[in-house]
Amino acid sequence: MGNKQTIFTQEQLDAYQDCTFFTRKEILRLFHRYRDLAPQLVPLDYSASPAVTLPYELIGSMPELKDNPFRQRIAEVFSEHGDGNMTLDDFLDMFSVLSEMAPRDLKAYYAFKIYDFNNDDYICKSDLEKTVNKLTRNELTPEEVSLVCEKVIYEADVDNDGKLSLADFQHMIIRAPDFLSTFHIRI
Amino acid sequence: EDKEDESKEEDNGSQQNRASRRKNYQRKNRDGKKAREEGSQKQDRGKTAPNKDQKVSENKEKKTTKRGKEGENKEKKDRKNSTSSASSNSSDEESLSEEELAMLKEQVEQKKKLISTMRNKPWRMVKKLSVLREAQDFVEKFEGALGKGKGKKLYAYKMMMAKKWVKFKRDFENFKTQCIPWEMKIKEVESHFGSSVASYFIFLRWMYGVNLVLFGLIFGLVIIPEVLMGMPYGSLPRKTVPRAEQATAMDFSVLWDFEGYIKYSALFYGYYNNQRTIGWLKYRLPMAYFMVGISVFGYSLMVVIRSMARNANESTADGDDDNFIFSWKMFTSWDYLIGNPETADNKFASITTSFKESIVDEQESNKDENIHLRRFLRVLANVLIICCLCGSGYLIYFVVKRSQTFSKMQNVGWYERNEVEIVMSLLGMFCPPLFETIAALENYHPRIGLKWQLGRIFALFLGNLYTFLLALMDDVNEKLAEEDVVKNITHWTLLGHYNSSAGNDSTVTPPPLDPADVPRGPCWETTVGIEFMRLTVSDILVTYITILVGDFIRACFVRFVNYCWCWDLEAGFPSYAEFDISGNVLGLVFNQGMIWMGSFYAPGLVGINVLRLLTSMYFQCWAVMSSNVPHARVFKASKSNNFYMGLVLLILFLSLLPVAYTIMSLPPSFDCGPFSGKKRMYDVIQETIELDFPLFVAKIFSYVANPGLIIPAILLMVLTIYYLNAVSKAYQRANAELKKKMQMQREEEKNKRNNKDSTNPMLQDLEDLLTPSTKMESPPKQAEDKKTESLDGTSSVRKPGRGDALAGSPLASGRGAAFAPIIPPSHVFVAQPRTLGIRVPYPGQPRPWGHPLAPVPGRGRGQPCH
Repeated sequence: MGNKQTIFTQEQLDAYQDCTFFTRKEILRLFHRYRDLAPQLVPLDYSASPAVTLPYELIGSMPELKDNPFRQRIAEVFSEHGDGNMTLDDFLDMFSVLSEMAPRDLKAYYAFKIYDFNNDDYICKSDLEKTVNKLTRNELTPEEVSLVCEKVIYEADVDNDGKLSLADFQHMIIRAPDFLSTFHIRI
Repeated sequence: EDKEDESKEEDNGSQQNRASRRKNYQRKNRDGKKAREEGSQKQDRGKTAPNKDQKVSENKEKKTTKRGKEGENKEKKDRKNSTSSASSNSSDEESLSEEELAMLKEQVEQKKKLISTMRNKPWRMVKKLSVLREAQDFVEKFEGALGKGKGKKLYAYKMMMAKKWVKFKRDFENFKTQCIPWEMKIKEVESHFGSSVASYFIFLRWMYGVNLVLFGLIFGLVIIPEVLMGMPYGSLPRKTVPRAEQATAMDFSVLWDFEGYIKYSALFYGYYNNQRTIGWLKYRLPMAYFMVGISVFGYSLMVVIRSMARNANESTADGDDDNFIFSWKMFTSWDYLIGNPETADNKFASITTSFKESIVDEQESNKDENIHLRRFLRVLANVLIICCLCGSGYLIYFVVKRSQTFSKMQNVGWYERNEVEIVMSLLGMFCPPLFETIAALENYHPRIGLKWQLGRIFALFLGNLYTFLLALMDDVNEKLAEEDVVKNITHWTLLGHYNSSAGNDSTVTPPPLDPADVPRGPCWETTVGIEFMRLTVSDILVTYITILVGDFIRACFVRFVNYCWCWDLEAGFPSYAEFDISGNVLGLVFNQGMIWMGSFYAPGLVGINVLRLLTSMYFQCWAVMSSNVPHARVFKASKSNNFYMGLVLLILFLSLLPVAYTIMSLPPSFDCGPFSGKKRMYDVIQETIELDFPLFVAKIFSYVANPGLIIPAILLMVLTIYYLNAVSKAYQRANAELKKKMQMQREEEKNKRNNKDSTNPMLQDLEDLLTPSTKMESPPKQAEDKKTESLDGTSSVRKPGRGDALAGSPLASGRGAAFAPIIPPSHVFVAQPRTLGIRVPYPGQPRPWGHPLAPVPGRGRGQPCH
């Protein structure tokens, strides 16, 4: 613990530890991961919190994300302006939510946002179709896709409005045995 | 979180009430006091009262920020103002009354709670940071003001210590996560092969931790005391290599078989002396040996059960709930850990197939034309596998019997000596792939297939192990018979020696017989220990060689010979190996079983196992990354962790049995080991109690050990188990019932929606029934109702972070589903003005702290105070 670092002040590190599920070491590691994406853009001194934003193209090229079919959505959800460009804070936020320690509810909330492609606070049929097509790389026929989407809505739509609200989604996802173990990125 | 919010809200309300009450109280007070005082009090009140109110409202604002985002900027400004002005008149805090203090304390507590749960809030980091900073400032500023005089100092001290404690805890947490080894290695494997392969490595790491503790126990309490304080090598017959073996005792081939000097070392049972105490510490070694042997099992049981319980707690969801097949497939099938294009390709393919499978299932749920053929094939496969199992069991029995005849013959070859180990290892190597080939007949889903495969290999290993044990038991019984003979010989030899020396010269004490010349008993305990040691070592070697040949050499061959071969090796026949999860897990589990069984008779075994796990972590990580390919159908072994744990528990229990049997019912050897000379090993406890404890302890012990007490105790336990079982069953039934009800409710809703025009009379009735009842209920606990309703109202505006509105028991969700459409929406709107009122208290006025406001701003605003 005695290793000197001049990237953050002690207060910043403490605050980050309070706001994320990371330890000091992990925060520093994440910072370096962030910096490695664009060493010329990101300064080595963050004590003044410079407003650096990395474009989505760089974020999406991380090995942790580059094979994920939902990478663009993830970046958009966690970026400040919804365009996929991320500051360090957004970056930390993202991996904190996706870390192993994050509680189910928090994960469910963000998973909902990720699958809500058109940002209308409901997962409607078009969102579901997009999800299926991303998951199967468009290998299902349109009939199959629409069948699957109908089944999902039939199963999970508690209040019968033909789309999934956050409550419906949570109700469904909280019972899923695999959700916690799959909705998680080890960094 | 829902509840928390509610309680906060309640707090708020009560605070407000209290604030107004306080003011009344102050006013009364003031009236009764002198004018001189009045002036000062006025001033005082002028300063503190808005202070309080501002705090309250500030708090409220914080709450509302959770809900709406529109007023955020303004509030932030507001808050900044208030904090800056607050710092300017902190001197007033000295003169706080008791009530104010209590309130302040409450607020401080609240802020602290906020700080500790900050990371659970789904806010942007910027917001989290600013709220955090503010809350910290608040706590910093006001917690010093709590308490007075002496109490204040104490309070400050306590706060300081608490802060230090938090910091220490955080540092410790940091330290602890740094100490978790191989995080990056496992992560790398995980991203290449998905979570099922990684689960093996996590299991391996867990096993390593457990073994490290066992190693500490055994080395710290048995081996090191013996080495430091026990009698040195050569002082006793049991600590000396016999004369006949001395010539070859240092040869490598002998040492490799754990004979020679290794056999007569602290690594094995036979080396220990039965002296009650050793060294100047009067360390009771036999007692320690016995207790450590027991606590190895005790600790392992505890750890396994605890982690099983934790796993069970974590996975509250029961996988058998088949209401959400498609939804789960859609939302949880992508493994976010995957970070390798090849694995991702496989995953995409497997998701597509699984979707297609479910669609087909859905379309024709029970149409299987080849059901008879499939059944026939499955029965055939099982028959074949049972034949294999019986064959392997008989083979092992045969080989162990043969090895007993070999052991009586002189100068047998290397193969004859190691035949048992070789045969067992070969069986372990070739049977699992054979099973897998047979299992291809059955055509199960890979997840079910994995379970079957695991079960079969488990049966194979278990059968082998128990055959081995039975044969070993025969061996032990033979040794016991032999021992009786040797005992007499030893007795007579020693007697003869003394007699002969005494006959020559009775005054001189006879020169003691050299310990190497004393005739020995066979010492069956050491033999058993050696058997386990050899089995473990050969197991390690076979595992490593299999990996090297089966994976690495094969991968090299496929990779490099592919350039000049007639068909495509990579895609065709040999291809690369897949990582065999089931085989590896079972290998690990059985190895652990052998360690548990053997560690009582060979304390050094755990040390070897620790080394094995350590090396195999690095070796297997390397092998899997360098020469294996991801599974063709990447699947998640769901809840597999508890499955592994269940296997471990089973094997632990099974390995406890033979050890317990030998301890309880076989007499220890007469001339070796810490319990020599006793009738049974557990006599050491009785001896210690009689000699080292006061009389009444012995009495209590004898009472406790009385069957009259033990049998009722067992009976009680059985009854408790029965009762708990019944209770859990009842809960399960209730659960199922509720689930059914919910389903029915949904169906009904759907029907209602489908034929909207024709109003469902029953539902109408239900609505009529429910609405007045809720209305009738509401007046007495109006406040509470309003609170919940306001929550509902805000949730309909979608407040982020109300994570588990429908979480928890199906009861809650069932109720939510039932009432959501029925409660008339007007209730929701009742709450709306109130929340709005809180959110925008006095839009235009940024209230500075120093200036007293004539009308108390907080009073009539919120809810009616009563």
